Amino acid sequence: MDHRVALLVELGAVILSLGILARLASRIGISPIPLYLLVGLAFGDGGLVPIITSEEFIEVGAELGVIFLLLMLGLEYSARELVSSMRTVAPAGLVDLVLNFTPGFVVGMILGWGPAASMFLGGVTYISSSGAVAKLLNDLGWTGNRETPVVLAILVFEDLAMAFLLPVLGAIALGGTMSAAAAAIALAIGVLIVALYVAYRHGDRIGALVFHRSDEVSLLTIFGLALVVAGLAESINISAAVGAFLVGISLSGEAASRAHTLLSPFRDLFAAVFFVFFGLSTNPADMLGVLGVAVILGLVTAGTKMVTGWYAVKRSGMGRAGRRRAGLALIARGEFSIIIAGLAVGVVGAEDLPALAAAYVLILAVAGPIAAKFADTASTRDSGAVEIIRGTP
Amino acid sequence: MAELTETSLPGVGVRVEFMSEEGQRVGVVRLKSGDRELFACASSDPDTVAFNVRLSDDESHALADALGGSSIVESLDDMSQRIEGLAIDWLTVSSASPLAGMTIDEARVRSRTGATIVAAIRHGTAHPAPGPEFEIAAADVLVVVGTPEGISEVRHILKSG
Repeated sequence: MDHRVALLVELGAVILSLGILARLASRIGISPIPLYLLVGLAFGDGGLVPIITSEEFIEVGAELGVIFLLLMLGLEYSARELVSSMRTVAPAGLVDLVLNFTPGFVVGMILGWGPAASMFLGGVTYISSSGAVAKLLNDLGWTGNRETPVVLAILVFEDLAMAFLLPVLGAIALGGTMSAAAAAIALAIGVLIVALYVAYRHGDRIGALVFHRSDEVSLLTIFGLALVVAGLAESINISAAVGAFLVGISLSGEAASRAHTLLSPFRDLFAAVFFVFFGLSTNPADMLGVLGVAVILGLVTAGTKMVTGWYAVKRSGMGRAGRRRAGLALIARGEFSIIIAGLAVGVVGAEDLPALAAAYVLILAVAGPIAAKFADTASTRDSGAVEIIRGTP
Repeated sequence: MAELTETSLPGVGVRVEFMSEEGQRVGVVRLKSGDRELFACASSDPDTVAFNVRLSDDESHALADALGGSSIVESLDDMSQRIEGLAIDWLTVSSASPLAGMTIDEARVRSRTGATIVAAIRHGTAHPAPGPEFEIAAADVLVVVGTPEGISEVRHILKSG
């Protein structure tokens, strides 16, 4: 087959399978991410039908996918929202960090990966999937519940923590001496704080500067800017993803919501490509070897998220049902765990990390929402909410 | 009047809620997608949504009309009935509208259509008699007064500039 024909057919087959599985995911009410990973596994080395010609395109697409994911994440929040949620949930956010980073780190150490690779595993188990949680809240009609703002504030806290964590992990991935790594981390965090401060102070002005009445102009400006900043960030070892996140944070107001609408389809496409790429580069056979560890880690960190949710909601003075729901909602891991695992390429000791992260995300991205749904139907049945809604007699 | 509390739900939307006299928490979540979710809690458990409905843009407007709308709506309705030939309409600025981001002065609504923007409703708050420097934003509801033709022209320029 002609190279170009092969490229188009292969790429088309991959994307078409994504479409079919996304449809399935929406039917059973789970996040499509685990299914995208499965597509990657099926088409990768050691999978069912290994693809050859389109891998290069998918690799570039995957880079863009990470940038789009973080850019869009930044657009969701303004710097002000970040700061205000930091203030309200800081204690709960720290509990979340300690409880959910530690299991990954400890398991990495037990497996003999060494501290650097274990840090990455800690990152994988720490961050819940914003996408999966938002979807779950929508699907189950939990957006009106009292605990929902607390759950979302924890996610915001995690995302901000990730912006600091990624450069740290990046510095560790580079290796080198302790003092060189410390200098890289200090530089990265300095830049990050300055960028957040500028965004906090001048977010609206930056938005107005970038924004244009024509969608085409806005789209090209924002995307180009995100790529340039991502590239520059990468060049000073802050990680491209964080650069894109900062661009997103810096835009606020009308520009941000418009950019959000414009860029959503690109995010959907390239993020899917990113998950496929991650699956492609993971051998399914390796996953079997780490399946046991993934299950144990999944159980433990589902438990630690339950405790996090319980604690955070209790702190805000709400009842048991809300505390339980918050914990359940936070269980799902997804896009950010995969991004962190993807950064670990080349880190000594982290050879098994991609396979473990893939298995771990597959388990929790499916089990989290299903557990929440189950708990929801059970509690509705118990309380007979439908009768009660008619009001007090 | 019931006291509305607005909460930002990052990544999901904005929630507006109040406590009804019967002690039920009632509210609306304006989702990022533009849909609204109407919910109510049982008085026995104010934490948990006991009933919710997902409404499209159109359906929300229909429901708002059916509920009798805000106090401005009522008084303007009254006015339009008294002056013949005068029409009033509530036009929502879509996120794709070329007028979103323009000031009233820049949009030149009055000189182009003869109709006047007498109020803008943003996030449920009314801004009566907005000045020329008032910036129109997506999701604003503009209250427009003029001839029926003038108003349909406004509707047209809101859509396509």
